[in-house]
Amino acid sequence: MNRFDYVRPTSLAEAVAAAAMPGAAYLAGGTNLLDLMKGGVARPERLVDITRLPELNRVERLDDGSLRVGALVRNADLAHDQAFAATYPAVAEALLSGASAQLRNAATVGGNIMQRTRCSYFYDTASACNRRELGSGCDALAGENRHHAVLGWSPACIATHPSDFCVPLVALDAVVEIEGSKGRRHVTLEEFHRLPGEAPQRETVLEPGELVVAVRLPAEASAFASHARYLKLRERTSYAFAVVSAAAALVVEGGRIRQARLALGGVAAKPWRARAAEAALLGAEPGEAAYAGAAALALAEAKPSGDNGFKIELARRVAVRALSLAEAGTPARLPALPASVFASTTGARHDA
Amino acid sequence: MSLSISLTINGEQRDVELDDPRVTLLDLLRERLDLTGTKKGCDRGQCGACTVLVDGRRVNSCLALAASQDGAEILTIEGLAQGETLHPVQAAFIAHDGFQCGFCTPGQIMSAVGLIGEGQAGDDPERIREAMSGNLCRCAAYGGIVEAVLEAQRTIAAGNGADTRRDAA
Ligand SMILES: Cc1cc2nc3c(=O)[nH]c(=O)nc-3n(C[C@H](O)[C@H](O)[C@H](O)COP(=O)(O)OP(=O)(O)OC[C@H]3O[C@@H](n4cnc5c(N)ncnc54)[C@H](O)[C@@H]3O)c2cc1C
Ligand code: SF4
Ligand code: FES
Ligand code: FES
Repeated sequence: MNRFDYVRPTSLAEAVAAAAMPGAAYLAGGTNLLDLMKGGVARPERLVDITRLPELNRVERLDDGSLRVGALVRNADLAHDQAFAATYPAVAEALLSGASAQLRNAATVGGNIMQRTRCSYFYDTASACNRRELGSGCDALAGENRHHAVLGWSPACIATHPSDFCVPLVALDAVVEIEGSKGRRHVTLEEFHRLPGEAPQRETVLEPGELVVAVRLPAEASAFASHARYLKLRERTSYAFAVVSAAAALVVEGGRIRQARLALGGVAAKPWRARAAEAALLGAEPGEAAYAGAAALALAEAKPSGDNGFKIELARRVAVRALSLAEAGTPARLPALPASVFASTTGARHDA
Repeated sequence: MSLSISLTINGEQRDVELDDPRVTLLDLLRERLDLTGTKKGCDRGQCGACTVLVDGRRVNSCLALAASQDGAEILTIEGLAQGETLHPVQAAFIAHDGFQCGFCTPGQIMSAVGLIGEGQAGDDPERIREAMSGNLCRCAAYGGIVEAVLEAQRTIAAGNGADTRRDAA
């Protein structure tokens, strides 16, 4: 790990000023940043510790019915907040399917959406990686790329965004509140993460020094409370990143789908909102036929970026199943294995 | 650059001078405060061997910057027993053979103490397995670990930890 200066501001203004220096990075839970620093992948010259900023720690309902979640709220606290989980069950389920209990206790809302890719060449400073060092190449293109992107990738970078939390958030039209030296601005989560194009090193729309202060869920997001699920396919039962995942949310009235949301995880450098699929579901009769059609549309543009063509069919199936689960309804209590493709029955052994 | 921080570690207040801000909570405990009960497995958040409680919450001390914990209350495996009397989770791990080589055990036990405090798993073994998935055991003592957590939870709920502790000792 490189040496760095450590500063601990006590106000937002101080934090933003402290991070204006080139080479500065914000420290929240540290569960991604310290990992990257230990490997020499991130080499900040100054750490601006934001964990003492009380204004970032709140969850509040605003007058317009939206919910504002501070950037420092810990992943575990948000997922176990009963009112939150009852209103946005797919978000709670996604949070609880991510990482481990210890990591969720430390990980923050802001840190989660800002987490970097898990591409193993990005993590290995001996490998060529355009995301880490623009112009060096991409060793994943001809390397281990089973877990890489099938949507929105470019020859410059085929990495995926690893967050579970972001998938239902983008489906629910979440908005990111950003503070910078020029004041506050709002960006939808859908626009927040960038596709790689020619500039994979620019992962989000944040300008250097800008701070995520909160994530907002608009009032309309609560309409899906009774029919929203997250489904995450992993290579082991727990404590693993998604191979592919899907968040699905429905409003069904009079035997027809009145509102539909669908987003995919593990398929692109950003949480992937499937708008064409949503449009096709509107007015349709709920059921496999409609879901299969929607899933086909969601993956219509998908292309393997290597040895990962299997992910396209897998993503279709996960999308169909997530939609079916959403139709069946949000369970009264989250399953023992949140978002798991195993054990739908509480308490049953998944391998029995 | 030198930083001074103050921590309460296992009930005792400690003022610590950090000559280097890079020190993790894990390295501070093991290498500077001689509390080597907390283990370093992967040093990258992937195994749980370094689990301690910070302000009552279980976290991976290998990914916690020491400087950022200023003012916190830390509980490590060394602070769990009351003199010669084992904590109910420690006693249950012995009673149920919740380990073999013992390397992961301090982390497993601290994680289990955290889990019981969270109160989310109840007596459902599948929920306990899921909530303990951040602690790997290369000896695969998982069966005993789940039984130990279940028993410790019952003991603590019944408020008769002392009896069990004596039986197991
Ligand atoms: C073993 C392991 C398994 C994991 N498994 C999963 C998984 O299955 N699913 C999943 O979704 N995640 C998983 N994670 C990732 C985990 O969710 C992230 O590490 C965590 O959410 C990051 O949050 P943090 O607060 O610790 O961020 P930090 O590590 O403190 O910061 C991460 C990045 O965000 C920046 N940052 C932090 N806060 C802000 C802010 N407010 N404004 C601007 N920039 C900011 C930092 O500068 C840094 O670049 C796993 C991590 C590990 C180590
Ligand atoms: S896929 Fe992206 S992150 Fe991975 S090596 Fe290529 S450029 Fe780097
Ligand atoms: S040493 Fe901290 S998780 Fe492995
Ligand atoms: S007892 Fe040996 S690693 Fe768990």
